[in-house]
Amino acid sequence: MGADLMIEAEGLHKRYGETVALAGVDFSVPAGTILGLLGPNGAGKTTAVRILTTLALPDAGRGAVAGIDVVKHPGEVRRHIGVAAQDATLDPLLTGRQNLVLVGELSDMGRAASRTRAQELLAQFELTDAADRVLKGYSGGMRRRLDLAASLMTRPPVLFLDEPTTGLDPTSRQRVWEAIRELLKDGVTVLLTTQYLEEADALAHRIVVVDHGRVIANGTPTELKEASRSAHLVVTLSRPDPGAVGAVAPLVVGAVHVSEDGRRLSAAVDAASGLATEVVRVLDAAGVLVDNIEVRQPSLDDVFFSLTRGHIEEEEGVGVVDGNQPELEGSHA
Amino acid sequence: MTTTSLAPTTVVLGRSGSSGRALGALTDVWAMTRRNLVHISREPMQLSDVTLQPVLFTALFVYIFGGAIPIPGGGSYKDYLLAGILALNLVTSTMGTAVGLSTDLHEGMIDRFRALPMWRSAVLVGRSVADLMTSCLCAVIVALTGLAVGWRTDAGAASVLAGFLIVLFFSYSLAWVAACVGLNSKSPESAASFGFIVLFPLAFVSNAMVPTLHMPGWLQAIANWNPVSAVCAAARHLWGNPNPSAAVQAWPMQHPIEATLVWSVAIVLIAAPLAAHFFQRRITE
Repeated sequence: MGADLMIEAEGLHKRYGETVALAGVDFSVPAGTILGLLGPNGAGKTTAVRILTTLALPDAGRGAVAGIDVVKHPGEVRRHIGVAAQDATLDPLLTGRQNLVLVGELSDMGRAASRTRAQELLAQFELTDAADRVLKGYSGGMRRRLDLAASLMTRPPVLFLDEPTTGLDPTSRQRVWEAIRELLKDGVTVLLTTQYLEEADALAHRIVVVDHGRVIANGTPTELKEASRSAHLVVTLSRPDPGAVGAVAPLVVGAVHVSEDGRRLSAAVDAASGLATEVVRVLDAAGVLVDNIEVRQPSLDDVFFSLTRGHIEEEEGVGVVDGNQPELEGSHA
Repeated sequence: MTTTSLAPTTVVLGRSGSSGRALGALTDVWAMTRRNLVHISREPMQLSDVTLQPVLFTALFVYIFGGAIPIPGGGSYKDYLLAGILALNLVTSTMGTAVGLSTDLHEGMIDRFRALPMWRSAVLVGRSVADLMTSCLCAVIVALTGLAVGWRTDAGAASVLAGFLIVLFFSYSLAWVAACVGLNSKSPESAASFGFIVLFPLAFVSNAMVPTLHMPGWLQAIANWNPVSAVCAAARHLWGNPNPSAAVQAWPMQHPIEATLVWSVAIVLIAAPLAAHFFQRRITE
């Protein structure tokens, strides 16, 4: 068994037809820690989890859980893992309790032990009242909690949680987070995928950022936040004004980009208090008329850009913050 | 969230030895079987093909067609019909296996099963066992309906039971063919079309509902070699019911019991491994 690494991925490659899902991914998770695998939809997070949980075979590379090779000994690996997948993987026609007992029995826990453990988990996840209701009537948050409970039936030492809070309201998300923190106290090793930097920040010891099937950053949450501290300034002028760029330039990092119609300026800035006031002041002093000023915190995309050393290229339309885009903690458009 | 202890890592479950594995496989099959039975209890209308359909078909054929169909060699149509009704219902109900398996594979649940340390084929076998149980229910309903409309047998109890068992065995073998179809179909809906395209013709182009003697010659040849005809003839023979096929010279009609067993065993031997292969292929990614 390799050192204290409970999860290892080395050079994982996987393609589905023409689509390259993973193009050489490496990471490892020391025992008793949480790794956050962070990335947008389609980045390859789920594929990495599917390979490590023996659901998919890698085209190349090696994966191991608790030191056991996932390709050579998938059956052994399955005895060490709990998986809460992204899609609903519980039986909608069974009750919450029946679902948990089924998972326990299929894991050779025996019927009596499964029932006891199910009862325990239902209480822990505050699902006792709903325990004997058919899953169809569960809310999204309840289903996720039951999914998590199902993955814990055998008390596995290694847990894979694929986007455990996607689509949950803030309260439900908090409850799932608390449950995950609880696990950590017991020494469980967790691989957590998420689209939310905030979530990785709140839970993970280390974060691996993946995009287009590659690891583009790897570090502690603090390191990553350092790397993505810069915010974004977008100024909309009432009419094009040649003096505007010169006035704003001293306040920004790097070049000021001007849109084709000359009315929109954008640039990276160091987030600082009073920045917007300062921008208004210098533009006013230069006699520039301004319609709108926006200081935007970096989105996940911005983080990717800054992590890969690329500075933020403003283009026409970037000023619109996509409502579906996950954003950093405390960001306000 | 309350903080019940989640004492961690040390418990790693395992079975040891091959006897442990075999026992584990049995437990898995039984757990999957129960899951399928719970599904049925949640949606009882799923079962209409083995509960209402037999009653309906029996009534339709006995009261509407019954008077118009003479039995060569004499005997009552009711007595002739029952084996056919049983075969018809059991054969067409295998469509449920195709649809059920296809549904299993389209639900996210299959991924959870695949990540558990279970015997994966329990998904397949559990389905076939649950379907066999519903087939037994169907046989009971057919028998009761038959008795209600006046079907009688003067064969011994063992022989009557053997008649039911031989039809059940054949339909179980056919369920493996249905499993192959379900495992290869793109959706549960397309799996269902298997019933109409294959199973209904299979059931009707036979001696199940009417004696083959009045069919055109080419159709008669097909019907006499259709395994369903052998199944019906075997049941009629075992039940002591009118069996005009005994006069047909084709080998399966002369030896209906042997023919049924040969058909059933051959179908299981080919279709079950094939289904296991398709299943493995379907869950490999």
